Amino acid sequence: MKEYESALWIFMLAAFLGFQLIRGVSPLLHTPLMSLTNAISAIAVVGAILITGEKDAPPFSKILGFIAVVASTINLVSGYLITDRMLKMFKKRGGN
Amino acid sequence: MEILLPLLYLLAAAGFILALKWMSSPATARRGVLAGELGMLLAVVGTLLRFEVVEYQWILIAFFIGAAIGTPLAYLMPMTAVPQRTAISHAFGALASALIGTAEFYRHTPEQITMAALALEIMLGFLTFTASLMAFGKLQEILPTRPMTYRGQNIVNLLVFAAAAVLGILLIVSPEQRWMFPFFAGLSLLFGVLLIVPIGGADMPTVIALLNSYAGLSASAMGFALDNKLLIVAGALDGSSGFILAVIMCKAMNRSFSNVLFGAFGQLQTSTAKTTERPVRSAVAEEAAYLLESARNVIVIPGYGMAVAQAQHKLRELADALGKRGVNVRFAIHPVAGRMPGHMNVLLAEADVPYDKLVEMDEINPEFPMADVALVIGANDVVNPAAKNDPTSPIAGMPILNAYQARTVMVIKRSMNPGFAGIDNDLYYMENTLMLFGDAKVFVGEIVKHLSASAKAA
Repeated sequence: MKEYESALWIFMLAAFLGFQLIRGVSPLLHTPLMSLTNAISAIAVVGAILITGEKDAPPFSKILGFIAVVASTINLVSGYLITDRMLKMFKKRGGN
Repeated sequence: MEILLPLLYLLAAAGFILALKWMSSPATARRGVLAGELGMLLAVVGTLLRFEVVEYQWILIAFFIGAAIGTPLAYLMPMTAVPQRTAISHAFGALASALIGTAEFYRHTPEQITMAALALEIMLGFLTFTASLMAFGKLQEILPTRPMTYRGQNIVNLLVFAAAAVLGILLIVSPEQRWMFPFFAGLSLLFGVLLIVPIGGADMPTVIALLNSYAGLSASAMGFALDNKLLIVAGALDGSSGFILAVIMCKAMNRSFSNVLFGAFGQLQTSTAKTTERPVRSAVAEEAAYLLESARNVIVIPGYGMAVAQAQHKLRELADALGKRGVNVRFAIHPVAGRMPGHMNVLLAEADVPYDKLVEMDEINPEFPMADVALVIGANDVVNPAAKNDPTSPIAGMPILNAYQARTVMVIKRSMNPGFAGIDNDLYYMENTLMLFGDAKVFVGEIVKHLSASAKAA
């Protein structure tokens, strides 16, 4: 029970921190922001690895875990790469 | 080692927080991506090293497949297709989350409190998966972009959602009743489809932001179920990010969440009672070039039509040509222009327009009375004065770019067809408005040609 309580606290604080951080993001960068948060949500890969790599996991979980690792790796790789590709294009006048 | 691993997760969370913080300005944003990448690396390494993880072979194969698909997806995707890519990406993320939840459920019968988190994770995951696929289909125009509606649609949607929620609650009460699970998952998947059916293309910016939020919340719920604080934090950051963007989009259209989700905005108006032909003034490229050349302040208003016509590169040539003549050219960006938040900025940045020339709505609006020319290209509803003047208009109260205040308004448009909202635009009939009929890319190209010809003559 105690664990859930602290988890809820963490969630609440992180959500408010998120609100503050996102309010500070320039509207110029809302598209890259979305692909960045997309890449961050690939953190699901953590859960996927735990399920796939577990000892003696039943085949059903292994298959689901495997698909989940693939799906989140796609997000992770393409999310960060495309965000960087987009940000590279934002140049100031006369810049390189 | 076991003491160090939680520390890796802690640093990973810090990386994600810094990533979002550094997105505040284009000057630091790339550093932000690096911080996010490092955070993810630490998270993955920290997980692979955990004692529960013993079999690596399938994980490595999955990494390889994921990277092999993800890399071309990032590099080959044209910038105009970024909304679609984002939608499909939400689908992958949500699918991963839902499948992990499903595997957890079947692995061992969870306790009630864990089941509550799992139910939330699975429901959000599955519904976001199908909803994102639907959004992808609409953005890619595999599916019709107009809202699809039928009688009693909202009631059907509500019933499906309620049924899924009731099954979810029953599963929380008695997690051992496994037979309910497939129905619960199926209804969640179905609800995702139904949710997007009535949503039109112009509402995609809000919907994509909302799906972003759901995918994050699903990951956060997974954190509760797996007792993993890193997942909770990362998911909460994403969830709040998507939510805030959705709120910004709604505000920029003066509409509520429920109106976006259930309002079926942008249906073709079948009643064509208003067929009275009103006169418009049109001009050819040469006249447009002359007017632009003799202007001092020009404000360009791009919209989704610019993306469709791929006119952004020609537009940058035009801005350069005018800039050389000392004309001050700026771009006015409406928050909902395009198909996702910030869409226009990325397209114009790709075409090498410096970002200090891209100006937000609130900043540029006071400048319109001083503008000699407002050049509207592929935008419609976001410059429609009816939003201010006509309280009965479907877009009444929507904040608009005040293009009508400019000395001359030029509108590049294929024909007089109304925009996405299906509303006639009074801007086109004003005395100081010139309609430039034609394909945006071709027309801007012609203007550029005339400008360089006159430069040579001078």
